[in-house]
Amino acid sequence: MILIGERVNAGFKDVKNAIINKDGNVIKEWARKQSEVGASYIDVNLGTASNKPEDLCWMIELVQEVVDTPISIDNNKPNMLKDAMKVCKKPPLVNSTTAVEEKMNQLFPIVAEYNASIIGLVMDETGSPANADKRVENAAKLMEKAMEFGLSPDQLYLDPIVMPLNCMQQQAKEILAAANQFQLFSDPPCHIVCGLTNISSGAKHTHIINRVFMTMMIANGCDAVICNVLDEELVNTILTAELIMNKAIYADSYIEAFRKKAKG
Amino acid sequence: MQLPDVKEKWTSKINTVTIGATKDQGGTRGKTVTVGGASTLPFLKFEGEIPHKPVIAGFVSDVVPDWPEPILGAIGKEVNSPVEWAQKNVQEFGVDLISLKMIGADPAGKNAKPEECAKVVEQVLQAVDVPLIIWGCGDDEKDNHILPECSQAGKGENCLIGSAKESNYMTVVAICKADKHKIISEAPVDINIGKQVNILLQDAGYDLKDVVMFQTTAALGYGFDYVYTIIERCRIAGLKGDNLMAAPQICDVAGETYRVKEAVADEDVLPGWGKLEKRGAMWEAACAEGYLQAGSDIFVMAQPNAIKSVRKTIDTLL
Repeated sequence: MILIGERVNAGFKDVKNAIINKDGNVIKEWARKQSEVGASYIDVNLGTASNKPEDLCWMIELVQEVVDTPISIDNNKPNMLKDAMKVCKKPPLVNSTTAVEEKMNQLFPIVAEYNASIIGLVMDETGSPANADKRVENAAKLMEKAMEFGLSPDQLYLDPIVMPLNCMQQQAKEILAAANQFQLFSDPPCHIVCGLTNISSGAKHTHIINRVFMTMMIANGCDAVICNVLDEELVNTILTAELIMNKAIYADSYIEAFRKKAKG
Repeated sequence: MQLPDVKEKWTSKINTVTIGATKDQGGTRGKTVTVGGASTLPFLKFEGEIPHKPVIAGFVSDVVPDWPEPILGAIGKEVNSPVEWAQKNVQEFGVDLISLKMIGADPAGKNAKPEECAKVVEQVLQAVDVPLIIWGCGDDEKDNHILPECSQAGKGENCLIGSAKESNYMTVVAICKADKHKIISEAPVDINIGKQVNILLQDAGYDLKDVVMFQTTAALGYGFDYVYTIIERCRIAGLKGDNLMAAPQICDVAGETYRVKEAVADEDVLPGWGKLEKRGAMWEAACAEGYLQAGSDIFVMAQPNAIKSVRKTIDTLL
């Protein structure tokens, strides 16, 4: 599973304050903590704290000072991305584009130039999809366009757009069905990613909802997730679900081995 | 129409393990042997790199193994002395390294003492200058006594010591760390236990980059397909980035082949099966060549014609 650590995000108050006050320690600390538990990417999001490319670069550089985990650049503005790409030591993951023609034409060339990867949200000009068919249609657009720009399937992460269970209950089933169909686009398939915490947004029992939905996503081909990687039980759930799907070889100490590997 | 590219892209590669130490490296070997390093499945050179060819280790034991006369006869009278047998393996059969097994230490057999085993290691190391694989007798309790002595006798020679199992890995790790040897991790035709033993070795502070995996070995016709599948799955897992499964692999082909009736019983027992002299070698070679396709890296072999045949296959395909 490709674990994308969500915590270096200005949506969290401490990170927002850190950006405004130029306090690098908070960002470094979250980067280190997430890397230590096995994050494959550290998502870096400037949110509303700033719109300056140099602030985004500053955050990326701080993360890279303490860990060598690759960066997920949580931004979709071409001018910001171009600067951010240059400071990334390893090929980053761009988070994200939509299936809107103009957006794809702007972002895919940058991704191709830096041999990076990109998350494709299956929404278009008409907004978020309401059913599985629309998700699949938009995913096909993303896939086709990515190929046009010379990206290989493993450089594309399709995101079926997870919606909250408590107010859009009928959507979860559509998301799962869509993810299942994404697997059939190519061989080898592209990645399937989800922003997990959306499913439990506003709900009371967030942890159990996250874990169960994650398990069901993995059963439908999901191999990447943006989540709280510090949630140990969630990560254990992911490791176990992947064994059940025969994605990894079982050993009695599989959980301990993952933790040890994460710590290096 | 343009044909699509069907090449597999692997994200990782098999570990590279070097056995033996030359004078400069603190040993006395004339050469070292390196296995692993492949970034693709066996022989698919167009998909990735295969920097090191599979190697053949000549089977030698401290006492004459319980093999039929036509097999022992093909090797020659040298089977009576581990030193001469090792020399013949290197000089005449052209093996890359020697695999020395302490069959004589088995408590149910001759029950040789640890110091006797160590003496054999010393003598073989003096007699040949190729790297050495050292195995116990297979009895855990006895091996815990003989392996430390054998390890000590080969100190600094960077031998490959077998084998670490769930039941005895602590001793093997301790001696291999102290005397600077590589380890064979063993599992009983069980990929999950294989992974678990590697986790245990790692937890005990041993670097998995110095490990060769051994899923025992099934002779042709006796579970061959189970072992084949496991070797193949291990290799694929390693190539996909599972660092716990990225070790090169070893097969004890000779040790297993000459335990099954098709490779030990002559025409009088198996009418219509042809002369054992030829059939034994064929059984050994066919078994090894199967595991070659599965992705094993080190082949312990004995019959000279079988060795010649497998060598030819390796050289033809790589």
